Amino acid sequence: MTWVLAIAVMIGSSPASAELLIRITEGADSAIPVAVVPFSESGAMPSGDKISSIVQDDLTMTGEFRPLPAEKMLSLPAKGDDVYFRDWRMLGQRYVLVGQLTRKGDKVEARYELFDVNREQRIMGATASSSVNSTRTLAHHISDRVYEAITGVPGAFSTKLAYVTLERSGDEPLYRLQVSDVDGKRARVRLESDEPILSPAWSPDARKLAYVSFETGKPAIYIHELSTGNRTRVADYRGLNSAPAWSEDGRSLLVTLSKDGNAEIYKLDIESGSLKRLTNHWAIDTEPTWDHTGDGFYFTSDRSGGPQIYHKASEEAEPRRITFGSRYNARPRPDNDGKYVYYVHQRDKSFHIARTNLKTEEETVLTRTDSDESPSVAPNGRMLIYATKQGGNSVLTVIAADGGAAYSLPASKGDVREPAWSPIVR
Amino acid sequence: MKMTAQHKALALIFSLGLIAGCSSTGDPVEDEAYGSVDQEGGSTVYGGDDEGGVSSSEMTEEQRRRAEERAERAETEAMREITTFYFDFDTAEIKSEAREVLVAHARYLQANPGQNVRIEGHADERGTKEYNLALGERRANAIERFLIVNGASRGQMETISYGEEKPAVMGSDESAWAQNRRVELVFQ
Repeated sequence: MTWVLAIAVMIGSSPASAELLIRITEGADSAIPVAVVPFSESGAMPSGDKISSIVQDDLTMTGEFRPLPAEKMLSLPAKGDDVYFRDWRMLGQRYVLVGQLTRKGDKVEARYELFDVNREQRIMGATASSSVNSTRTLAHHISDRVYEAITGVPGAFSTKLAYVTLERSGDEPLYRLQVSDVDGKRARVRLESDEPILSPAWSPDARKLAYVSFETGKPAIYIHELSTGNRTRVADYRGLNSAPAWSEDGRSLLVTLSKDGNAEIYKLDIESGSLKRLTNHWAIDTEPTWDHTGDGFYFTSDRSGGPQIYHKASEEAEPRRITFGSRYNARPRPDNDGKYVYYVHQRDKSFHIARTNLKTEEETVLTRTDSDESPSVAPNGRMLIYATKQGGNSVLTVIAADGGAAYSLPASKGDVREPAWSPIVR
Repeated sequence: MKMTAQHKALALIFSLGLIAGCSSTGDPVEDEAYGSVDQEGGSTVYGGDDEGGVSSSEMTEEQRRRAEERAERAETEAMREITTFYFDFDTAEIKSEAREVLVAHARYLQANPGQNVRIEGHADERGTKEYNLALGERRANAIERFLIVNGASRGQMETISYGEEKPAVMGSDESAWAQNRRVELVFQ
């Protein structure tokens, strides 16, 4: 049985940014019951969402947790001594998170503790602080720690999303490249253009984005430093300049260029601008992305007649075809540990997100929506964001990487597309 | 003679319009081509057919040649009204009904070396954006090659692909997709 949460959070950030509405549409059957007790507060706290409710929303959006509403709690402890396991067991809870917030000058300090109800044990306790203005950062940090303590996998709540919004007023399109928290909040516009912006890709240190912009009337690849807004045009050849993907050391990009006749994949050294051609075929070769080893890469090619996913184990190796399940499989995105590759998969007339287990070669269709594009895997491999159609508009949807749970991030107007999930930066 | 040639041109345009009209509904571009035929030639078509042979006998050789040139020019110009060419899903194959029109464009470019054209390739919204960029380019390249083979020179042409970013028609059904899988010639 799936459960549906009736919470909807409207977000307004900078006035220029599109508002995203988080709606959790489905949770997993196996969701773990957890009680996030509202944190006690001493001293003046900033207005806006409470830290503990942000933590609660973070855990909920993974689909792996089912938080207990505060009004069902029998007590509201703020520290370990006040936690009575019997009460929480009676409420069917597996874990309890309690905490205290203290205002210290222009900072807010959080002391928080996590308890395993069955084993009656404190499994984590820590102190963290942030400036008064960035308590959302503090909340996401706590969520990361709690998630890791329970699942053993690092949380990805402190990461960012990059995406492109498109609004049309009359015939005039307006593209905006935006960066937000993973819950869609604190969205900021980074680039605005009346020509297409495509394919945002995060640098490994999450400080830069590479993307394709048609702002000069033709496609070129840019690198955009987020802290300064400085931009460099790194590929502006005749024909296609598309699909940038960063190497692990951040020094080169895989790109698709057609300067030599048709779409081929090249390695572009960012510093020197030198190019090395990595594919050579009359077919379309595009959508490259490094594999988890950093030696090989995945890409889309229609050399068999329609688009399929291929892998080259090294820059020189012969390409090996990965997908066979249908006549259209494109835009591969591997996870970080080499287990799965995710991609767009056509079945009958619909386009879904599917993944192939690289060991067993088993293919699983993950989505039930039917115009799905642009999968991007969370850096911890547990969630996947993609774009789909809802009521004629493009929206972002997040699902558990095994297809279990889902929430969507529709814009208040226009399209949201091409999500890219940032790496975890420690 | 003049009438006959023009009639032929108009009939061709007419049938092209109809062929395109069958495969897609309500395409504004095709409506325009259709409309220009009506405007230019309605009465000529009806009046001319039988008289052609009679009047030509009174022409001198020079007059006849000029008339033929004029007719050819009219034919080419009428065909050149069509600047959008459609494709099937995930292909870049030029449809047979587009060939004669493209030949007319190529001849025009050959005769006017100062004329440049931008060849814009597009895809429908289905599938992935980056693959569609490459597919739109493949379509634009196919048209460019066809124009070169038929007399245009490479220096007159530039190609660009917008992939699925600039649909001609909004919507997510077969009719919209069919009108969005296209190459547009933009004369500059």
